[in-house]
Amino acid sequence: MKRSNWQELIWAAVITILAAFWPMLANGYWLGIGVDVMMYVALATSWVLFSGPTHYISLASAAFFGVGGFIVGTGMSDYGTSFWSMLALSAVVGAILAALIGLATLRLSGVYFVIFTLGLAEMIRNLVSWVQNNFLGSRGLYVLTDFSDEHLFWMLLVTSCSIYLVGWIISRSRLGFAMRIIGGNETVARHVGINTSMAKVILFTTTGLFGAIVGAIIAPRWSYIEPNQVFSPQLSFFVVIMALLGGSGRLWGPVVGVIPFLLIWNWVDANFPNQSILVLGLAFLLIVYALPNGFVGRIEDLHNKMKRHS
Amino acid sequence: MRVSKAILSVKGVSKRFGGLVAVSNLSFDVAEHEMVGIIGPNGSGKTTMMNMISGVFKPTEGRISLRGQLISDLPAQIISRSGVGRTFQLVRLLPGLTVLENVIAGAVYGHRRRWGSDAEGFAHDMLERVGIDAMSYSPISSLTYIDQKRVELARTLAGEPEVLLLDEWLAGLNPTELATGIKLIHALRDEGITVVLVEHVMDAIRSLCDRCVVISSGAKIAEGAPDEVLSDSEVIRAYLGDDDA
Repeated sequence: MKRSNWQELIWAAVITILAAFWPMLANGYWLGIGVDVMMYVALATSWVLFSGPTHYISLASAAFFGVGGFIVGTGMSDYGTSFWSMLALSAVVGAILAALIGLATLRLSGVYFVIFTLGLAEMIRNLVSWVQNNFLGSRGLYVLTDFSDEHLFWMLLVTSCSIYLVGWIISRSRLGFAMRIIGGNETVARHVGINTSMAKVILFTTTGLFGAIVGAIIAPRWSYIEPNQVFSPQLSFFVVIMALLGGSGRLWGPVVGVIPFLLIWNWVDANFPNQSILVLGLAFLLIVYALPNGFVGRIEDLHNKMKRHS
Repeated sequence: MRVSKAILSVKGVSKRFGGLVAVSNLSFDVAEHEMVGIIGPNGSGKTTMMNMISGVFKPTEGRISLRGQLISDLPAQIISRSGVGRTFQLVRLLPGLTVLENVIAGAVYGHRRRWGSDAEGFAHDMLERVGIDAMSYSPISSLTYIDQKRVELARTLAGEPEVLLLDEWLAGLNPTELATGIKLIHALRDEGITVVLVEHVMDAIRSLCDRCVVISSGAKIAEGAPDEVLSDSEVIRAYLGDDDA
């Protein structure tokens, strides 16, 4: 991931302010799409924090997201705690879980890392289901709050902004530069003096923390939560596809990937519900054959060409 | 020869990979500002020795110390920060970064922890030192082989190492490039950097090294001035076989 500049930050601020007005312009269906977009922008941007510079494809998003949703569900349904305290707890648990996964996967790279993160997310889903069935009585949990879609939208917008800001600061720091070096060659990274394990675990922990926060925020939207829903592996694949479609080389890449993908997905899902998974496959083909660096790569190519002509 | 002030000291180092003994009970010292060559036939354990000094592997037995401080049980990043820099037998660059960024990478995490314009300026100095500052903003893919080697050397120098490990830095160069390369290493030596080099190019060894350590099948078979060891009958046997000795 390249170093971010001030210009990007100003653009991000302008877009955030415009986005904040969305719930006043849209309602019902379009507000729902807005919440989806915000949720995936947050998840994909936090995914890019770690996987963008290192090229480690993580399929563990659902694990963090699920943990967040499940903690809010369990806390509010079974123990009568407040949403906000459970939100804070989710962040802590998500970060700890990510740190543990990070430590466990330090020696893995390439396809082994991908499969391991997917397997781990599935294991956590099954573990939570098992605990829920055997010890906690009910299988589903009720999350009843006064939040409407517009509240969720704004909370997710704030989360997305925080993730972006954290990523912006990291990309300009020694840590961000270290991640690019690790992505280039880990042996070199160690030999220039980088503590590669530490750098990777810190970034992965950040990803996990934000993933759990997003899961916690989205929980009230469903009212009724069961493990298979919040830990859905499809979510992990969605996050990866959207981030790659937008381009993981830039922090703002996911934003330009999430919006077109979700619009097309929702349209296909509404009109041809049995064919919706096809969109996932087509998006993947598009990335492999036409957009290896995502929309961001294309935009930057065009920008460079225009610069050369003028 | 009694070496005064050894900066790098290797004592009884062995490395086994399963049943294979790559390096066996190897000992040598490197004095400050000295240039020591590690030579020997292919597969004799030279690169393994370099990898143990720089921290890619830990020795199975023995100790490696830098200025009397044990480094053989430290991870590579700490060894690098304590003043050991290296290049790799097969050049390792960071393809997504520009030439300048590749060199900055060497300066940022070293013991000086340079950053921002300081790191950038220093990286330019290092590129100038190896003679390719004009290519600072080129992508790595546009470089020739010797220029890639120069970038790697500049990155290593940017970490301001006290001990520089060069693993076949001159291999694969054509005669003109070789002359340039030897001149460059000479210049480093004149600046007082301590250098340990693994090399097959005998001309380079003769003109550069103060002393050579000859390894065969992981064990030291000779040590001394280049001309001396290169005429040693056991060394000739190791390289060429019994008939020519």
